[in-house]
Amino acid sequence: MSAARSSLPPWLRAAPALLRIGLLEAFAYRAEFIVWMLSTTMPFIMLALMSAVTREGTIAGFDQPAFTAYYMATLLVRHLTGSWVVWQMVMEIRQGTLALKLVRPLHPLWFYFLEAVSTTFFRSLISVPLIALAFVLLGAGGSLVTDPALLGCAALGIAGAWILNFTLSAAIGTLGLYIESSVAVWDLWIGCFMIFSGYLLPIELFPPWLASAARSMPFPYLQSLPVEIMTGRHDLAHALPLLLRQAGWAAGSIALLLLLWRRGVRRFAAYGG
Amino acid sequence: MSRYLRLLAAQLRASTQLALQYRVDFVIGGVMSLFRLVWTLLPVLVVWARRPEIAGWTLGEALLVVAWFRLLNGILEAAVHPALVAVIDHIRTGTLDFVLVKPADAQFLVSTARFEPWRVIDALSGVGIAVYAFLKLGVWPSAAQVGAALALTVASVAILYSLALLVVSAAFWVVRLDNLIYLFNAIFDAARWPSTVWRGAWRILFTFVIPLALMTTYPALALLGRLALTTGLAAIAGAALFAVIARAIWLRAIAHYTSASS
Repeated sequence: MSAARSSLPPWLRAAPALLRIGLLEAFAYRAEFIVWMLSTTMPFIMLALMSAVTREGTIAGFDQPAFTAYYMATLLVRHLTGSWVVWQMVMEIRQGTLALKLVRPLHPLWFYFLEAVSTTFFRSLISVPLIALAFVLLGAGGSLVTDPALLGCAALGIAGAWILNFTLSAAIGTLGLYIESSVAVWDLWIGCFMIFSGYLLPIELFPPWLASAARSMPFPYLQSLPVEIMTGRHDLAHALPLLLRQAGWAAGSIALLLLLWRRGVRRFAAYGG
Repeated sequence: MSRYLRLLAAQLRASTQLALQYRVDFVIGGVMSLFRLVWTLLPVLVVWARRPEIAGWTLGEALLVVAWFRLLNGILEAAVHPALVAVIDHIRTGTLDFVLVKPADAQFLVSTARFEPWRVIDALSGVGIAVYAFLKLGVWPSAAQVGAALALTVASVAILYSLALLVVSAAFWVVRLDNLIYLFNAIFDAARWPSTVWRGAWRILFTFVIPLALMTTYPALALLGRLALTTGLAAIAGAALFAVIARAIWLRAIAHYTSASS
Protein backbone atom coordinates (compact mmCIF):
# COMPACT_ATOMS: atom_id res chain seq x y z
CA MET A 1 0.00 0.00 0.00
CA SER A 2 2.61 2.51 1.07
CA ALA A 3 4.88 1.38 -1.77
CA ALA A 4 2.06 1.91 -4.24
CA ARG A 5 1.38 5.36 -2.81
CA SER A 6 4.97 6.50 -2.86
CA SER A 7 5.26 5.55 -6.53
CA LEU A 8 2.58 8.17 -7.33
CA PRO A 9 3.75 11.61 -8.43
CA PRO A 10 3.88 14.05 -5.48
CA TRP A 11 1.02 16.27 -6.68
CA LEU A 12 -1.32 13.27 -6.76
CA ARG A 13 -0.07 11.92 -3.45
CA ALA A 14 -0.87 15.27 -1.78
CA ALA A 15 -4.39 15.39 -3.20
CA PRO A 16 -6.33 13.38 -0.58
CA ALA A 17 -4.84 15.36 2.31
CA LEU A 18 -5.52 18.68 0.58
CA LEU A 19 -9.09 17.65 -0.20
CA ARG A 20 -9.58 16.73 3.44
CA ILE A 21 -8.22 20.11 4.54
CA GLY A 22 -10.58 21.87 2.14
CA LEU A 23 -13.56 19.98 3.54
CA LEU A 24 -12.58 20.68 7.14
CA GLU A 25 -12.20 24.38 6.34
CA ALA A 26 -15.60 24.49 4.72
CA PHE A 27 -17.04 22.75 7.76
CA ALA A 28 -15.26 25.06 10.21
CA TYR A 29 -16.87 28.11 8.57
CA ARG A 30 -20.22 26.41 8.01
CA ALA A 31 -22.35 29.31 9.29
CA GLU A 32 -20.69 31.71 6.86
CA PHE A 33 -20.95 29.09 4.18
CA ILE A 34 -24.70 28.81 4.62
CA VAL A 35 -25.16 32.59 4.64
CA TRP A 36 -23.27 32.69 1.33
CA MET A 37 -25.52 30.00 -0.08
CA LEU A 38 -28.63 31.85 1.05
CA SER A 39 -27.38 34.92 -0.81
CA THR A 40 -28.15 33.21 -4.11
CA THR A 41 -31.66 34.62 -4.29
CA MET A 42 -31.80 35.76 -7.89
CA PRO A 43 -33.43 32.60 -9.34
CA PHE A 44 -36.24 32.93 -6.78
CA ILE A 45 -36.73 36.60 -7.57
CA MET A 46 -36.89 35.92 -11.30
CA LEU A 47 -39.23 32.98 -10.70
CA ALA A 48 -41.64 35.25 -8.83
CA LEU A 49 -41.77 37.65 -11.78
CA MET A 50 -42.21 34.84 -14.29
CA SER A 51 -44.95 33.26 -12.20
CA ALA A 52 -46.82 36.57 -12.34
CA VAL A 53 -46.34 36.54 -16.12
CA THR A 54 -47.66 33.02 -16.60
CA ARG A 55 -50.83 33.74 -14.61
CA GLU A 56 -52.16 35.03 -17.94
CA GLY A 57 -50.88 32.17 -20.12
CA THR A 58 -47.65 30.73 -21.46
CA ILE A 59 -44.78 32.83 -22.78
CA ALA A 60 -42.34 31.55 -25.43
CA GLY A 61 -43.46 27.99 -24.70
CA PHE A 62 -42.84 28.31 -20.96
CA ASP A 63 -45.73 27.63 -18.60
CA GLN A 64 -45.67 27.85 -14.81
CA PRO A 65 -44.13 24.37 -14.13
CA ALA A 66 -41.59 24.91 -16.93
CA PHE A 67 -40.42 28.17 -15.34
CA THR A 68 -40.30 26.58 -11.90
CA ALA A 69 -38.20 23.72 -13.26
CA TYR A 70 -35.96 26.14 -15.18
CA TYR A 71 -35.18 28.34 -12.19
CA MET A 72 -34.78 25.47 -9.72
CA ALA A 73 -32.38 23.79 -12.16
CA THR A 74 -30.62 27.15 -12.53
CA LEU A 75 -30.23 27.34 -8.76
CA LEU A 76 -28.87 23.79 -8.65
CA VAL A 77 -26.35 24.36 -11.45
CA ARG A 78 -25.22 27.66 -9.90
CA HIS A 79 -24.60 25.99 -6.54
CA LEU A 80 -22.78 23.08 -8.15
CA THR A 81 -20.66 25.07 -10.61
CA GLY A 82 -20.18 28.57 -9.18
CA SER A 83 -16.62 29.56 -8.38
CA TRP A 84 -15.37 32.41 -6.24
CA VAL A 85 -11.68 31.49 -6.29
CA VAL A 86 -10.97 34.95 -7.70
CA TRP A 87 -11.53 36.57 -4.27
CA GLN A 88 -9.04 34.31 -2.56
CA MET A 89 -6.45 34.78 -5.29
CA VAL A 90 -6.77 38.55 -5.32
CA MET A 91 -6.40 38.66 -1.54
CA GLU A 92 -3.37 36.38 -1.52
CA ILE A 93 -1.70 38.35 -4.30
CA ARG A 94 -2.34 41.69 -2.57
CA GLN A 95 -1.16 40.56 0.83
CA GLY A 96 1.80 38.69 -0.61
CA THR A 97 0.79 35.40 1.03
CA LEU A 98 0.81 33.83 -2.43
CA ALA A 99 4.56 33.45 -1.76
CA LEU A 100 3.73 30.70 0.76
CA LYS A 101 2.07 28.72 -2.01
CA LEU A 102 4.90 29.39 -4.46
CA VAL A 103 7.59 27.89 -2.25
CA ARG A 104 5.73 24.61 -1.85
CA PRO A 105 6.71 21.86 -4.28
CA LEU A 106 3.27 21.77 -5.93
CA HIS A 107 1.69 24.00 -8.54
CA PRO A 108 -0.26 26.77 -6.72
CA LEU A 109 -3.21 26.38 -9.08
CA TRP A 110 -3.42 22.77 -7.91
CA PHE A 111 -4.12 24.02 -4.36
CA TYR A 112 -6.87 26.30 -5.60
CA PHE A 113 -8.32 23.53 -7.74
CA LEU A 114 -8.49 20.98 -4.90
CA GLU A 115 -9.94 23.52 -2.52
CA ALA A 116 -12.62 24.38 -5.08
CA VAL A 117 -13.41 20.67 -5.50
CA SER A 118 -13.93 20.16 -1.77
CA THR A 119 -15.98 23.35 -1.47
CA THR A 120 -18.24 22.20 -4.29
CA PHE A 121 -18.65 18.84 -2.62
CA PHE A 122 -19.61 20.47 0.68
CA ARG A 123 -22.02 22.81 -1.07
CA SER A 124 -23.65 19.91 -2.92
CA LEU A 125 -24.30 18.12 0.40
CA ILE A 126 -26.58 21.00 1.41
CA SER A 127 -27.96 22.19 -1.91
CA VAL A 128 -28.82 18.95 -3.70
CA PRO A 129 -31.28 17.59 -1.07
CA LEU A 130 -32.88 21.01 -0.53
CA ILE A 131 -33.37 21.69 -4.23
CA ALA A 132 -34.66 18.13 -4.78
CA LEU A 133 -37.21 18.83 -2.03
CA ALA A 134 -38.13 22.12 -3.71
CA PHE A 135 -38.75 20.27 -6.98
CA VAL A 136 -41.15 17.93 -5.21
CA LEU A 137 -42.95 20.61 -3.17
CA LEU A 138 -43.35 22.96 -6.13
CA GLY A 139 -44.53 20.11 -8.34
CA ALA A 140 -41.92 20.77 -11.02
CA GLY A 141 -40.34 17.32 -11.08
CA GLY A 142 -42.42 16.34 -14.10
CA SER A 143 -40.61 18.88 -16.28
CA LEU A 144 -37.27 17.14 -15.82
CA VAL A 145 -35.86 14.61 -18.29
CA THR A 146 -35.75 10.96 -17.22
CA ASP A 147 -33.87 9.48 -20.18
CA PRO A 148 -30.56 8.14 -18.75
CA ALA A 149 -28.59 9.29 -21.81
CA LEU A 150 -29.84 12.86 -21.39
CA LEU A 151 -29.22 12.73 -17.63
CA GLY A 152 -25.66 11.66 -18.43
CA CYS A 153 -25.39 14.63 -20.81
CA ALA A 154 -26.66 16.95 -18.06
CA ALA A 155 -24.02 15.59 -15.67
CA LEU A 156 -21.33 16.14 -18.31
CA GLY A 157 -22.67 19.63 -18.88
CA ILE A 158 -22.46 20.38 -15.15
CA ALA A 159 -18.89 19.09 -15.02
CA GLY A 160 -17.97 21.20 -18.05
CA ALA A 161 -19.64 24.27 -16.55
CA TRP A 162 -17.71 23.71 -13.32
CA ILE A 163 -14.41 23.60 -15.19
CA LEU A 164 -15.26 26.74 -17.17
CA ASN A 165 -16.40 28.66 -14.09
CA PHE A 166 -13.34 27.66 -12.13
CA THR A 167 -10.72 28.33 -14.81
CA LEU A 168 -12.20 31.66 -15.84
CA SER A 169 -12.57 32.77 -12.22
CA ALA A 170 -8.97 31.74 -11.60
CA ALA A 171 -7.85 33.47 -14.81
CA ILE A 172 -9.39 36.75 -13.64
CA GLY A 173 -7.77 36.19 -10.24
CA THR A 174 -4.44 35.72 -12.03
CA LEU A 175 -4.96 39.10 -13.69
CA GLY A 176 -4.28 40.44 -10.19
CA LEU A 177 -0.62 39.75 -10.96
CA TYR A 178 -0.79 42.25 -13.83
CA ILE A 179 -3.25 44.94 -12.78
CA GLU A 180 -4.59 46.31 -9.51
CA SER A 181 -8.25 46.38 -10.42
CA SER A 182 -8.82 42.73 -11.28
CA VAL A 183 -11.86 42.83 -8.97
CA ALA A 184 -13.46 45.36 -11.32
CA VAL A 185 -12.81 42.94 -14.21
CA TRP A 186 -14.62 40.30 -12.17
CA ASP A 187 -17.58 42.61 -11.60
CA LEU A 188 -17.81 43.20 -15.34
CA TRP A 189 -17.54 39.50 -15.99
CA ILE A 190 -20.33 38.68 -13.53
CA GLY A 191 -22.48 41.36 -15.12
CA CYS A 192 -22.07 39.76 -18.57
CA PHE A 193 -22.63 36.35 -17.01
CA MET A 194 -25.95 37.44 -15.47
CA ILE A 195 -27.25 38.69 -18.80
CA PHE A 196 -25.88 36.24 -21.36
CA SER A 197 -25.70 32.93 -19.49
CA GLY A 198 -29.41 32.36 -19.07
CA TYR A 199 -29.08 32.95 -15.33
CA LEU A 200 -31.62 35.78 -15.17
CA LEU A 201 -33.79 34.80 -18.11
CA PRO A 202 -33.96 31.73 -20.35
CA ILE A 203 -32.10 32.66 -23.54
CA GLU A 204 -35.17 31.59 -25.55
CA LEU A 205 -37.00 34.63 -24.18
CA PHE A 206 -34.53 37.09 -25.69
CA PRO A 207 -35.22 38.77 -29.01
CA PRO A 208 -33.57 36.59 -31.72
CA TRP A 209 -30.54 38.86 -32.33
CA LEU A 210 -29.70 38.96 -28.62
CA ALA A 211 -30.23 35.21 -28.26
CA SER A 212 -27.86 34.39 -31.11
CA ALA A 213 -25.31 36.88 -29.74
CA ALA A 214 -25.51 35.17 -26.34
CA ARG A 215 -25.12 31.71 -27.85
CA SER A 216 -21.94 32.68 -29.68
CA MET A 217 -20.34 33.68 -26.34
CA PRO A 218 -18.95 31.30 -23.71
CA PHE A 219 -21.54 32.34 -21.10
CA PRO A 220 -24.32 29.82 -21.89
CA TYR A 221 -21.80 27.01 -21.47
CA LEU A 222 -21.11 28.20 -17.94
CA GLN A 223 -24.71 27.96 -16.82
CA SER A 224 -27.68 27.40 -19.08
CA LEU A 225 -26.49 24.41 -21.14
CA PRO A 226 -26.93 21.83 -18.35
CA VAL A 227 -30.14 23.57 -17.24
CA GLU A 228 -31.57 23.31 -20.75
CA ILE A 229 -30.57 19.66 -21.03
CA MET A 230 -32.08 18.83 -17.62
CA THR A 231 -35.37 20.52 -18.42
CA GLY A 232 -35.67 18.69 -21.74
CA ARG A 233 -35.08 21.60 -24.11
CA HIS A 234 -32.48 19.68 -26.16
CA ASP A 235 -32.69 16.15 -27.54
CA LEU A 236 -29.62 13.95 -27.72
CA ALA A 237 -28.75 15.02 -31.28
CA HIS A 238 -28.65 18.66 -30.16
CA ALA A 239 -27.06 18.12 -26.77
CA LEU A 240 -23.95 16.28 -27.95
CA PRO A 241 -22.59 18.97 -30.33
CA LEU A 242 -23.28 21.59 -27.66
CA LEU A 243 -21.32 19.56 -25.12
CA LEU A 244 -18.45 19.30 -27.62
CA ARG A 245 -18.48 23.05 -28.03
CA GLN A 246 -18.44 23.42 -24.24
CA ALA A 247 -15.40 21.14 -24.11
CA GLY A 248 -13.74 23.37 -26.70
CA TRP A 249 -14.37 26.49 -24.60
CA ALA A 250 -13.08 24.64 -21.53
CA ALA A 251 -9.85 23.61 -23.28
CA GLY A 252 -9.36 27.18 -24.47
CA SER A 253 -9.92 28.64 -21.02
CA ILE A 254 -7.51 26.17 -19.39
CA ALA A 255 -4.85 27.16 -21.92
CA LEU A 256 -5.56 30.84 -21.21
CA LEU A 257 -5.29 30.33 -17.46
CA LEU A 258 -1.97 28.48 -17.68
CA LEU A 259 -0.52 31.08 -20.03
CA LEU A 260 -1.64 33.99 -17.85
CA TRP A 261 -0.28 32.27 -14.77
CA ARG A 262 3.11 31.42 -16.24
CA ARG A 263 3.71 34.95 -17.46
CA GLY A 264 2.16 36.63 -14.42
CA VAL A 265 3.95 34.75 -11.70
CA ARG A 266 7.28 36.15 -12.91
CA ARG A 267 5.99 39.60 -12.05
CA PHE A 268 4.94 38.60 -8.53
CA ALA A 269 8.23 39.74 -6.95
CA ALA A 270 6.94 43.29 -7.38
CA TYR A 271 4.58 42.73 -4.45
CA GLY A 272 6.58 40.45 -2.21
CA GLY A 273 10.13 41.59 -2.68
CA MET B 1 -27.35 71.02 15.83
CA SER B 2 -25.13 73.35 13.82
CA ARG B 3 -22.16 71.55 15.33
CA TYR B 4 -23.41 68.28 13.87
CA LEU B 5 -23.98 69.88 10.48
CA ARG B 6 -20.38 71.13 10.53
CA LEU B 7 -19.21 67.65 11.49
CA LEU B 8 -21.23 66.11 8.66
CA ALA B 9 -19.67 68.55 6.18
CA ALA B 10 -16.20 67.68 7.44
CA GLN B 11 -16.84 63.94 7.16
CA LEU B 12 -18.25 64.32 3.65
CA ARG B 13 -15.25 66.38 2.62
CA ALA B 14 -12.86 63.74 3.94
CA SER B 15 -14.66 60.93 2.10
CA THR B 16 -14.73 62.90 -1.13
CA GLN B 17 -11.04 63.68 -0.92
CA LEU B 18 -10.32 60.03 -0.25
CA ALA B 19 -12.37 59.02 -3.29
CA LEU B 20 -10.69 61.63 -5.49
CA GLN B 21 -7.38 59.88 -4.96
CA TYR B 22 -8.59 56.98 -7.02
CA ARG B 23 -9.77 58.58 -10.22
CA VAL B 24 -9.59 55.40 -12.31
CA ASP B 25 -12.15 53.98 -9.89
CA PHE B 26 -14.50 56.72 -11.00
CA VAL B 27 -14.34 55.54 -14.62
CA ILE B 28 -14.70 51.90 -13.60
CA GLY B 29 -17.51 52.85 -11.22
CA GLY B 30 -19.30 54.67 -14.01
CA VAL B 31 -19.00 51.73 -16.40
CA MET B 32 -20.18 49.32 -13.71
CA SER B 33 -23.13 51.53 -12.89
CA LEU B 34 -24.16 51.54 -16.54
CA PHE B 35 -23.78 47.80 -16.53
CA ARG B 36 -25.94 47.25 -13.48
CA LEU B 37 -28.49 49.52 -15.13
CA VAL B 38 -28.56 47.29 -18.22
CA TRP B 39 -28.90 44.15 -16.21
CA THR B 40 -31.71 45.60 -14.06
CA LEU B 41 -33.60 46.89 -17.09
CA LEU B 42 -33.08 43.99 -19.49
CA PRO B 43 -35.42 41.46 -17.81
CA VAL B 44 -38.06 44.16 -17.40
CA LEU B 45 -37.90 45.19 -21.05
CA VAL B 46 -37.77 41.60 -22.34
CA VAL B 47 -40.67 40.42 -20.21
CA TRP B 48 -42.94 43.43 -20.65
CA ALA B 49 -42.31 43.27 -24.42
CA ARG B 50 -44.39 40.09 -24.36
CA ARG B 51 -47.21 41.36 -22.15
CA PRO B 52 -48.78 44.81 -21.92
CA GLU B 53 -49.43 44.34 -18.21
CA ILE B 54 -48.00 42.05 -15.53
CA ALA B 55 -49.50 41.73 -12.04
CA GLY B 56 -51.47 44.92 -12.72
CA TRP B 57 -48.48 47.03 -13.83
CA THR B 58 -47.77 48.39 -17.31
CA LEU B 59 -44.17 48.87 -18.46
CA GLY B 60 -44.12 52.59 -17.63
CA GLU B 61 -45.49 51.97 -14.14
CA ALA B 62 -43.11 49.08 -13.48
CA LEU B 63 -40.20 51.27 -14.58
CA LEU B 64 -41.08 53.64 -11.73
CA VAL B 65 -40.56 50.77 -9.27
CA VAL B 66 -37.24 49.94 -10.96
CA ALA B 67 -36.28 53.62 -10.75
CA TRP B 68 -36.87 53.65 -7.02
CA PHE B 69 -34.97 50.39 -6.67
CA ARG B 70 -31.96 51.99 -8.38
CA LEU B 71 -32.28 55.16 -6.32
CA LEU B 72 -32.40 53.33 -2.99
CA ASN B 73 -29.69 50.90 -4.03
CA GLY B 74 -27.50 53.89 -4.86
CA ILE B 75 -28.11 55.46 -1.45
CA LEU B 76 -27.52 52.12 0.23
CA GLU B 77 -24.20 51.57 -1.56
CA ALA B 78 -23.04 55.18 -1.31
CA ALA B 79 -23.79 55.90 2.33
CA VAL B 80 -25.16 52.99 4.35
CA HIS B 81 -22.93 50.04 3.41
CA PRO B 82 -19.53 51.79 3.58
CA ALA B 83 -20.33 53.01 7.09
CA LEU B 84 -21.54 49.55 8.05
CA VAL B 85 -18.33 47.91 6.85
CA ALA B 86 -16.24 50.56 8.61
CA VAL B 87 -17.92 50.12 11.98
CA ILE B 88 -17.77 46.32 11.85
CA ASP B 89 -14.04 46.69 11.19
CA HIS B 90 -13.75 49.04 14.18
CA ILE B 91 -15.48 46.52 16.43
CA ARG B 92 -13.32 43.63 15.27
CA THR B 93 -10.02 45.44 15.61
CA GLY B 94 -10.89 47.35 18.76
CA THR B 95 -10.44 50.81 17.25
CA LEU B 96 -14.04 51.66 18.08
CA ASP B 97 -12.55 52.99 21.35
CA PHE B 98 -11.16 55.97 19.45
CA VAL B 99 -14.62 56.78 18.14
CA LEU B 100 -16.29 56.39 21.52
CA VAL B 101 -13.96 58.84 23.28
CA LYS B 102 -14.72 61.60 20.77
CA PRO B 103 -17.10 64.27 22.11
CA ALA B 104 -19.97 63.58 19.73
CA ASP B 105 -22.71 60.98 19.39
CA ALA B 106 -21.07 57.67 18.44
CA GLN B 107 -23.92 56.59 16.18
CA PHE B 108 -23.62 59.85 14.24
CA LEU B 109 -19.87 59.50 13.93
CA VAL B 110 -19.83 55.91 12.70
CA SER B 111 -22.70 56.34 10.28
CA THR B 112 -21.23 59.39 8.58
CA ALA B 113 -17.64 58.16 8.60
CA ARG B 114 -17.50 56.83 5.08
CA PHE B 115 -19.24 57.72 1.83
CA GLU B 116 -18.60 56.41 -1.63
CA PRO B 117 -19.40 59.39 -3.82
CA TRP B 118 -19.15 57.47 -7.10
CA ARG B 119 -22.17 55.41 -6.15
CA VAL B 120 -24.27 58.53 -6.50
CA ILE B 121 -24.24 57.72 -10.23
CA ASP B 122 -26.50 54.75 -9.42
CA ALA B 123 -28.98 56.97 -7.63
CA LEU B 124 -28.96 59.49 -10.48
CA SER B 125 -29.68 56.73 -13.00
CA GLY B 126 -32.77 55.97 -10.91
CA VAL B 127 -33.98 59.53 -11.40
CA GLY B 128 -33.26 59.16 -15.13
CA ILE B 129 -35.41 56.01 -15.35
CA ALA B 130 -38.24 57.77 -13.50
CA VAL B 131 -38.19 60.64 -16.01
CA TYR B 132 -38.20 58.15 -18.90
CA ALA B 133 -41.09 56.26 -17.29
CA PHE B 134 -43.19 59.40 -17.12
CA LEU B 135 -42.35 60.29 -20.71
CA LYS B 136 -43.63 56.83 -21.60
CA LEU B 137 -46.76 57.19 -19.49
CA GLY B 138 -47.45 60.62 -20.97
CA VAL B 139 -48.64 62.09 -17.66
CA TRP B 140 -46.64 63.97 -15.07
CA PRO B 141 -47.17 63.72 -11.32
CA SER B 142 -48.50 66.68 -9.36
CA ALA B 143 -46.33 68.46 -6.80
CA ALA B 144 -48.26 66.79 -3.99
CA GLN B 145 -47.61 63.34 -5.48
CA VAL B 146 -43.89 64.06 -5.81
CA GLY B 147 -43.89 65.31 -2.22
CA ALA B 148 -45.58 62.12 -1.02
CA ALA B 149 -43.06 59.99 -2.94
CA LEU B 150 -40.16 61.94 -1.43
CA ALA B 151 -41.57 61.56 2.08
CA LEU B 152 -41.86 57.81 1.51
CA THR B 153 -38.29 57.76 0.17
CA VAL B 154 -37.04 59.40 3.35
CA ALA B 155 -38.96 56.78 5.32
CA SER B 156 -37.39 54.02 3.17
CA VAL B 157 -33.90 55.34 3.76
CA ALA B 158 -34.69 55.44 7.49
CA ILE B 159 -35.70 51.77 7.34
CA LEU B 160 -32.60 50.76 5.37
CA TYR B 161 -30.43 52.68 7.79
CA SER B 162 -32.15 51.13 10.80
CA LEU B 163 -31.72 47.64 9.38
CA ALA B 164 -28.02 48.40 8.92
CA LEU B 165 -27.81 49.71 12.47
CA LEU B 166 -29.37 46.48 13.72
CA VAL B 167 -26.73 44.49 11.82
CA VAL B 168 -24.02 46.62 13.42
CA SER B 169 -25.54 46.11 16.86
CA ALA B 170 -25.49 42.38 16.26
CA ALA B 171 -21.78 42.66 15.42
CA PHE B 172 -21.09 43.48 19.09
CA TRP B 173 -22.14 39.94 19.97
CA VAL B 174 -21.26 37.96 16.85
CA VAL B 175 -18.10 39.39 15.37
CA ARG B 176 -17.94 37.93 11.87
CA LEU B 177 -20.84 39.52 10.08
CA ASP B 178 -19.47 40.93 6.83
CA ASN B 179 -21.34 38.40 4.79
CA LEU B 180 -24.67 39.37 6.35
CA ILE B 181 -24.30 42.50 4.23
CA TYR B 182 -24.29 40.38 1.11
CA LEU B 183 -27.32 38.48 2.33
CA PHE B 184 -29.04 41.80 2.97
CA ASN B 185 -28.21 42.91 -0.58
CA ALA B 186 -29.50 39.65 -1.97
CA ILE B 187 -32.81 40.08 -0.16
CA PHE B 188 -33.06 43.72 -1.22
CA ASP B 189 -32.87 42.51 -4.83
CA ALA B 190 -36.47 41.36 -4.40
CA ALA B 191 -37.53 45.02 -4.26
CA ARG B 192 -36.94 45.45 -7.98
CA TRP B 193 -40.39 44.17 -8.96
CA PRO B 194 -43.76 45.65 -8.02
CA SER B 195 -44.87 43.97 -4.81
CA THR B 196 -47.99 42.51 -6.46
CA VAL B 197 -45.66 40.02 -8.19
CA TRP B 198 -45.28 38.32 -4.83
CA ARG B 199 -48.06 36.13 -3.50
CA GLY B 200 -49.22 34.66 -0.22
CA ALA B 201 -46.64 34.40 2.52
CA TRP B 202 -44.00 36.20 0.40
CA ARG B 203 -46.25 39.25 0.03
CA ILE B 204 -46.74 39.41 3.80
CA LEU B 205 -43.01 38.94 4.39
CA PHE B 206 -42.03 41.73 2.00
CA THR B 207 -44.69 44.14 3.25
CA PHE B 208 -44.45 43.79 7.01
CA VAL B 209 -41.35 41.84 8.06
CA ILE B 210 -38.83 43.17 5.52
CA PRO B 211 -40.81 46.12 4.18
CA LEU B 212 -39.50 46.06 0.61
CA ALA B 213 -42.95 46.95 -0.73
CA LEU B 214 -42.84 50.19 1.21
CA MET B 215 -39.44 51.10 -0.22
CA THR B 216 -40.02 50.82 -3.95
CA THR B 217 -43.67 50.02 -4.69
CA TYR B 218 -45.29 52.61 -2.41
CA PRO B 219 -43.31 55.58 -3.79
CA ALA B 220 -44.21 54.46 -7.31
CA LEU B 221 -47.89 54.20 -6.31
CA ALA B 222 -47.70 57.63 -4.71
CA LEU B 223 -46.31 59.13 -7.93
CA LEU B 224 -49.14 57.51 -9.87
CA GLY B 225 -51.65 58.89 -7.34
CA ARG B 226 -52.84 55.44 -6.37
CA LEU B 227 -51.61 55.21 -2.81
CA ALA B 228 -54.24 55.74 -0.11
CA LEU B 229 -53.28 58.55 2.28
CA THR B 230 -53.76 56.33 5.33
CA THR B 231 -51.46 53.64 3.90
CA GLY B 232 -48.78 56.24 3.24
CA LEU B 233 -49.05 57.74 6.70
CA ALA B 234 -49.02 54.30 8.32
CA ALA B 235 -45.87 53.45 6.36
CA ILE B 236 -44.11 56.62 7.52
CA ALA B 237 -45.20 56.04 11.13
CA GLY B 238 -43.95 52.46 10.92
CA ALA B 239 -40.59 53.62 9.59
CA ALA B 240 -40.24 56.19 12.39
CA LEU B 241 -41.08 53.59 15.02
CA PHE B 242 -38.56 51.18 13.51
CA ALA B 243 -35.83 53.83 13.58
CA VAL B 244 -36.53 54.57 17.26
CA ILE B 245 -36.34 50.86 18.14
CA ALA B 246 -33.10 50.44 16.18
CA ARG B 247 -31.58 53.42 18.03
CA ALA B 248 -32.59 51.90 21.39
CA ILE B 249 -30.99 48.56 20.48
CA TRP B 250 -27.81 50.33 19.31
CA LEU B 251 -27.56 52.15 22.67
CA ARG B 252 -27.92 48.85 24.51
CA ALA B 253 -25.34 47.20 22.24
CA ILE B 254 -22.80 49.94 22.76
CA ALA B 255 -23.25 49.74 26.53
CA HIS B 256 -22.39 46.06 26.15
CA TYR B 257 -19.17 46.81 24.22
CA THR B 258 -16.01 45.89 26.10
CA SER B 259 -13.36 46.63 23.45
CA ALA B 260 -11.49 43.94 21.58
CA SER B 261 -8.28 44.31 23.55
CA SER B 262 -9.59 43.87 27.08
